[in-house]
Amino acid sequence: MEPASTLPTLLMWAWLLPLISFVAILFFGKHMGPHGKGAAYLATVAIVGAGLLSFTALFGVWLPNHPLADAAHASDPLHGNHGIPDDSHNGSHSDAPTSAGKHAHRAYHGATDGGALRNTQRDAQLALNIQPVALLAEHGSLAEHGSLNDSQAHANNKTPPYYNGDFYTLAAFGPLKLSIGYYIDSLTVAMFCMVALIASCVHFYAIGYMHDELHEFTDSEVTLADGQPLKRPGRYHRFFQYLSLFCFSMFGIVIAGNMAMVFVFWELVGICSYFLIGFYIERKTASTAANKAFIVNRVGDFGMLIGMMALWSSLGTFSFGDTKDADGKFTERGIFSLLRTAENDYHLKPAGDMAFEGHRIMPTDSDGEVQSGDSDNRAGQWLLLVAGVGIFCGCVGKSAQFPLHVWLPDAMEGPTPVSALVHSATMVAAGVYLAGRFFPVFSPEVLLVIAYTGCITLVIAATIAITATDIKRVLAYSTVSQLGYMMLALGLGGWVAGMFHLFTHAFFKSLLFMCSGSVIHGVHTNDMTEMGGLRKKMPVTAYTMLVGCLAIIGAGIPLSTIGFSGYYSKDAIIEQAFSFADLNPVHWPLKWAPVAGALITAFYMFRLWYMTFAGKPRNQHRYDHAHESPRVMTLPLVVLAVFALGIGWTVPGTSLKVTNLLEQSRPVGTLATTHGELLPSLVLPDEHRSHEWEFRKPAGIAAFATAALGLLLATVVYLWRFLNPDELKQRFRSIHAVFWNKWWFDEIYGALIVAPGLLLAKWITKFDLGIIDSIIHGTAATCKGGAKVVDAVLDRTLVDGSANGMARGTWDLGLWLRKIQTGSLRQYVMLLVISTVLLFAAASYLQQIIPGQ
Amino acid sequence: MPYFPLANILTEPVGAAHYVVVGAILFTCGVLCMATKRNALGILMGIELVLNGANLNFIAFGSRYLRNDANTLGLDGQLVALFVIVLAAAEAAVALAIVLNFYNNHDSIDVDRADQLHG
Repeated sequence: MEPASTLPTLLMWAWLLPLISFVAILFFGKHMGPHGKGAAYLATVAIVGAGLLSFTALFGVWLPNHPLADAAHASDPLHGNHGIPDDSHNGSHSDAPTSAGKHAHRAYHGATDGGALRNTQRDAQLALNIQPVALLAEHGSLAEHGSLNDSQAHANNKTPPYYNGDFYTLAAFGPLKLSIGYYIDSLTVAMFCMVALIASCVHFYAIGYMHDELHEFTDSEVTLADGQPLKRPGRYHRFFQYLSLFCFSMFGIVIAGNMAMVFVFWELVGICSYFLIGFYIERKTASTAANKAFIVNRVGDFGMLIGMMALWSSLGTFSFGDTKDADGKFTERGIFSLLRTAENDYHLKPAGDMAFEGHRIMPTDSDGEVQSGDSDNRAGQWLLLVAGVGIFCGCVGKSAQFPLHVWLPDAMEGPTPVSALVHSATMVAAGVYLAGRFFPVFSPEVLLVIAYTGCITLVIAATIAITATDIKRVLAYSTVSQLGYMMLALGLGGWVAGMFHLFTHAFFKSLLFMCSGSVIHGVHTNDMTEMGGLRKKMPVTAYTMLVGCLAIIGAGIPLSTIGFSGYYSKDAIIEQAFSFADLNPVHWPLKWAPVAGALITAFYMFRLWYMTFAGKPRNQHRYDHAHESPRVMTLPLVVLAVFALGIGWTVPGTSLKVTNLLEQSRPVGTLATTHGELLPSLVLPDEHRSHEWEFRKPAGIAAFATAALGLLLATVVYLWRFLNPDELKQRFRSIHAVFWNKWWFDEIYGALIVAPGLLLAKWITKFDLGIIDSIIHGTAATCKGGAKVVDAVLDRTLVDGSANGMARGTWDLGLWLRKIQTGSLRQYVMLLVISTVLLFAAASYLQQIIPGQ
Repeated sequence: MPYFPLANILTEPVGAAHYVVVGAILFTCGVLCMATKRNALGILMGIELVLNGANLNFIAFGSRYLRNDANTLGLDGQLVALFVIVLAAAEAAVALAIVLNFYNNHDSIDVDRADQLHG
């Protein structure tokens, strides 16, 4: 099969199926089967169909055409011995550019000490020149050694295979082209499969979970004025309608071939999230949470718009990939290849108007000579920083990163399947996905911002999760924390690590959410302090959730390849952190935050599990009524548990695994060790370096030790009860208060933004009522007065006068004319005769006086 | 020298002009009758005179002898005259009916009293 045509077709239909289902349910949902039950089947069939198409695209088209190669520096420790003896080669491979860079920067610093700015710039230019040469030399030496195969040596210089094009061009205004396009690489295909798979599970699960909505629904959380709970018609079909729209929008983000399309679908998932959080719209908390999510996301999107503007105005294109004609010649360059050209050895370098703008604002030196090169580059680097941080702002909003993380925990007001699909696995991961997609555009400085954002997020969210008692909120904060991990990984240059964690997290977190939903379904409360001992009542839920917990804490045998999915991805992130911190000792928090996070994660996850499933029931009444969920809900749990366990594994006998698939999409040029342009001391390590034993060993041990410690701590406190949690709470009252109050983020935002906003609104209302309204009323009164004057002066006299005068004239004429009509027959005859005679006389007279007759 | 079209009419052989003069005299008599008579029947008689004066003209102009034209039968003028006679009969019938009604209402046929249609 020809992938260039089949892949877009397959994925387009996978993308459109949910849209078709959405439209059908929108118009006919109520009439689909009894109580709209058919809507659920339609939506499920659509998403399962999309899943089948996605997997066909992956296994039938992508993999046969792009066979997986084992990652260059096998992260696969099965061949662990490969890692150690080859170290010398690997070392020389990755050290060479590093040392070259170090050398260059030493020259840079030396010159700065010298104090001659011009020299500095020239040196820096030199340094820039050195790097490619050094790389070339390194390649040469490698060729001599002949120990590394070609693909490894050129790993940095291979553009990942991708297919892009346009389905439909919406509009073209000069250079601005808005189109519905696609950019398909292995990441796209993998995301399609992941989203479709999880969404299918969630659809099946929701068929059972939402059955209350099939009939008239009594919402006990909403009390009407007469003290009765609210009764309303069920909204079963509408739930599936929103789910379908969401799946369509999510696929749209993933398949999008340009920034403009990403933005459109970005906002579409935002509105779906708004609808789904506010599904129980009558509850005040739900509608507030929906508003909060929507507004907080808009804050991030504002930054994203700025980033898009910066990129478009300087590069003149929205498109990601290059467009080639039939001969393979470039007709249009995409963002990625404009910023990382082959001439620059795929290093990120400002391009297009970025450099050109620099020309304009560039200072001239004392000779009046325009400085070139570096300052050009510097101005462009600043623009790249703006663009990168701007795009990242959008990701911060969508992925609930600090400081915009506040919306995600509140979003748990939505039904649990929504939390499992939208607020854990897909939509919030879209932010990470976008950051991964724009990874080649991010300069090391932007990545540092991303890393610190992720780092702060992961710690803060994890600490809040310790004290939360609402089962879904614990998971929500855990999600925020895990998203922080992904961002941190991306920021440290661990592209595959971050994207891999996105995949593993999607599976185990949707599993955890659906388990919590199952528990809520069984005991009708979110509060963990009323649960306990449920293991015996709902075994499937309990043990699948245990799998999820073990996956999220990254349980596995340290330094081996055996473990739950989280073990692979989390260890990869921590390895990357160690590798990064090795080169940048200044940024030590980035090294220890993920390790500390691992400890806290293990603690709060098992606190959750013990409080829910272990020990004695805290509320006997609820315990007695608890029951295992129906098969339609537990089956997806089992499916997801299998994936949560094994998504990180290699298919035996092949090199088929997620990381290898992702490795195919690694943006070109990002594998090189990179130095910051604005922060010269910042060094971004080559990701393969993190798999070296030097970092693998301490990272693996640290990850295992902290996770084990956290697990042990949770067991001691919540299972064996050697320590009483209440006593601990009293003991660490101040810290508990910080965590319990969520670091007062809501209060701070309330005081800093919401209250001033409301105050401002009040003032503006006053301004509105006082000034604007009086102006409007005054204008109205003036108009009215003016109209009265006009009425009296013009209308009554001129207009009315002329009309009346005309009527009177006609009347008078008529009166006068009636005198002629005497009624006397003889008079008439006389009149006739006389006028005839006169006519003849006149005619003969005229005949005589007119000449020529 | 001024032009008198009818100066020699009595010395010329009979032609169309003679008929036209007779017709004009009849017509004028009729009109004067209509204009001066107060008796409704007298007015009807005046109408007859007018119509017949006109008929005379039709016949004179239509005659093949007076037109001195061998290619015509000279019946077209007579046809119109016949038509006028029929019309006059019909008109006289209607007019007499009106006059009778008028008489029934007013005990008179003085047309000067029939001025209800004045403005």
